[in-house]
Amino acid sequence: MRSEPAKVELKHGAGGRAMRALIKEMFVDRLAGAPGAEIGLAAMDDGAAIPLGDRWLVITTDSHVISPLFFPGGDIGRLAVSGTVNDLAMMGATEVLALTLAMIVEEGFARGDLERVRDSIAAAGAEAQARIVTGDTKVMGRGEIDGLVLNTTGIALTQRVVSDAGLAPGDAIILSGTAGDHGLAIMACRHELELQGELRSDVAPLNAMIRQALRAGGADVVAMKDPTRGGVVSALCEMAQKAKVGIVLEGPSVPISDSVRAAGELLGIDPLMVANEGKALLGVRPAAAPRVLAALRAHPLGADAAIVASCVQSRPGQVILDTGFGRRLLAEPEGEPLPRIC
Amino acid sequence: MAEGVRRALEFRDPRQGRELSALLGKLCADIGRAPISVMHVCGSHEQAIARFGLRASFPRALDVIMGPGCPVCVTDMPEVDEAVALARMGVKVVTYGDMLRVPGTSRSLADARAEGARVDVVYSIAQAAQMARRSDEEIVFFASGFETTAVATAAVLLSDPPANFSVLSAHKYIPPVMEIVAEMPHTRVEGFLAAGHAAAITGWGVFERFVQRHRLPVVVAGFEPLDILAGLARLLELIRDRRAVVVNAFPRCVTREGNRKAQEALWRVFRLIGGRWRGIAHVPNGNLRLRDEWARFDARRRFKIDPRALCSDAPPGLAAQCICGDIMAGIAKPSDCRLFGRQCVPDQPVGACMVSSEGGCRIWMEYGGRPELELEARR
Repeated sequence: MRSEPAKVELKHGAGGRAMRALIKEMFVDRLAGAPGAEIGLAAMDDGAAIPLGDRWLVITTDSHVISPLFFPGGDIGRLAVSGTVNDLAMMGATEVLALTLAMIVEEGFARGDLERVRDSIAAAGAEAQARIVTGDTKVMGRGEIDGLVLNTTGIALTQRVVSDAGLAPGDAIILSGTAGDHGLAIMACRHELELQGELRSDVAPLNAMIRQALRAGGADVVAMKDPTRGGVVSALCEMAQKAKVGIVLEGPSVPISDSVRAAGELLGIDPLMVANEGKALLGVRPAAAPRVLAALRAHPLGADAAIVASCVQSRPGQVILDTGFGRRLLAEPEGEPLPRIC
Repeated sequence: MAEGVRRALEFRDPRQGRELSALLGKLCADIGRAPISVMHVCGSHEQAIARFGLRASFPRALDVIMGPGCPVCVTDMPEVDEAVALARMGVKVVTYGDMLRVPGTSRSLADARAEGARVDVVYSIAQAAQMARRSDEEIVFFASGFETTAVATAAVLLSDPPANFSVLSAHKYIPPVMEIVAEMPHTRVEGFLAAGHAAAITGWGVFERFVQRHRLPVVVAGFEPLDILAGLARLLELIRDRRAVVVNAFPRCVTREGNRKAQEALWRVFRLIGGRWRGIAHVPNGNLRLRDEWARFDARRRFKIDPRALCSDAPPGLAAQCICGDIMAGIAKPSDCRLFGRQCVPDQPVGACMVSSEGGCRIWMEYGGRPELELEARR
């Protein structure tokens, strides 16, 4: 292998292998320290979990940049709340204790737009039953930052932590709804595509839906991950690698809306490889799969949930796509030259 | 759903796919030898084959070779050097996403962008022209692709583009390169699967002379899985029956004459000149360049592009070891290349075929070669 180039590139933020390599080599190896009782940096999970008596304190943080700031189905404010609430939920922590909100604003940013973002943060917070308890504000000169950057940190307590590494052969994997809505809505918006059909981001806080799924499945829900950057494919690859299982994804079973499918065909982009901001992948012991699926479908955000994949012993760490015509390996998306979408 | 998409999805019926796969097996048995090598000359065919896992359903005797059909792959280094040199001059260069990482002699447009040059991705040349209309600065569209995308370039130039807009053409013309491949001394190719979208423009009649000269059958095929399987079945029938003719297996889009209007636009704007296709050869009449009448929109004549400085810090020798030419001619496989998976990886491609998502080496890297996945893990 040739040596890595000395500069950070866009692919290092795209959610795939390149990003994980950068984080691991540059930060985890130097900052993680000796392993303790907690699920920390070394796990590279959606968040951290620290034992606190008989419970776990779950912490996660997420910075949000998106262009455009306002898009069909949401805006950066809704994204900032949902992203963090969902990362907590994916660790099994569905009761949010508190959120923080830090913002960096560009000089000249319209106050009216900031108010819209604030209202959207409030609305998403109410949906998730999560309050903002502290924050930070910085303003940078014109051109020094692009509009608005938000960071949210969330904390929550839970009895049981669900990692993204708990899959075993035989487990079923449920996707909580249609794939690719956020990514393709943003791309269509960015590229000013005139498309038939409504493309809307799915951005939403999922903790209430996940709470129902966990109540139904209990300890049989063994792994969760939200398929954000890199989409369903990237999330499944990571889950397969961490658990050292093979995953067979049944392509025809994956719910994809007609308009997302159409946009994907027009743009030459696989809806399975773009971000979702209101979907979860749940790894479930096979016997519990029907009741977890039913619990998800009983929630409005999970109405389209479906069993999309199963875990196998062969090909550990790899994801196999069955297209209905044949099978092939799915490769994790590399950084792409397209604009950042979440 | 868009009507076109709905119609396309009709050609993705797995049941009919399995029937066609069985037919391919029967035809290979009829022919009774192996391998039977056929070549497609279109990245979109390879992409569909890979995307739908079709290779896993082909009979073992059938070797479907990817030919020089990936426009990104065959863009030559000096052409990329020109785009990089322009971007480093401070001109804004916009191009298709796949072109961003095509290596030049020392760097790609993505490298140039990381160093501060202004490089942007667009989905169409129309979008690039629109970008120029909204701005005062010079915008150069780095144009790649075969006759299909060249028509789009021609259409934009014919519709009064803004004065600050120009085109750096790396467009290529497919028919001449099929001659080159057919005449390669070690070629095993017994028939060609021709690209339906290119034929929609040129008409399938463009292949008649080729078929007569080389005594090899050509089947024009579309891009949905059933189109490809049906096209391959037709091609195997022609090989079995020793019939060197052109068959149009994509009649819902392709006619013998093609799209006259598009052809007229194409040849009003472009002329053919010979030039190198990366990894393959000098292809007489293989490059499309702007005619003199369009000099004012020709970036090569509008700017003084000097890519020579880029050659001094080129990595020595790596590109010289690349065997993409042999791979695209069907006489070598990616794993025969000593760079494959080592110095040449998707992140840092050396050769043509590792560059594009439509490139053969890239697809081998990402899909594990010919994935034998049918037998295992079936529930």
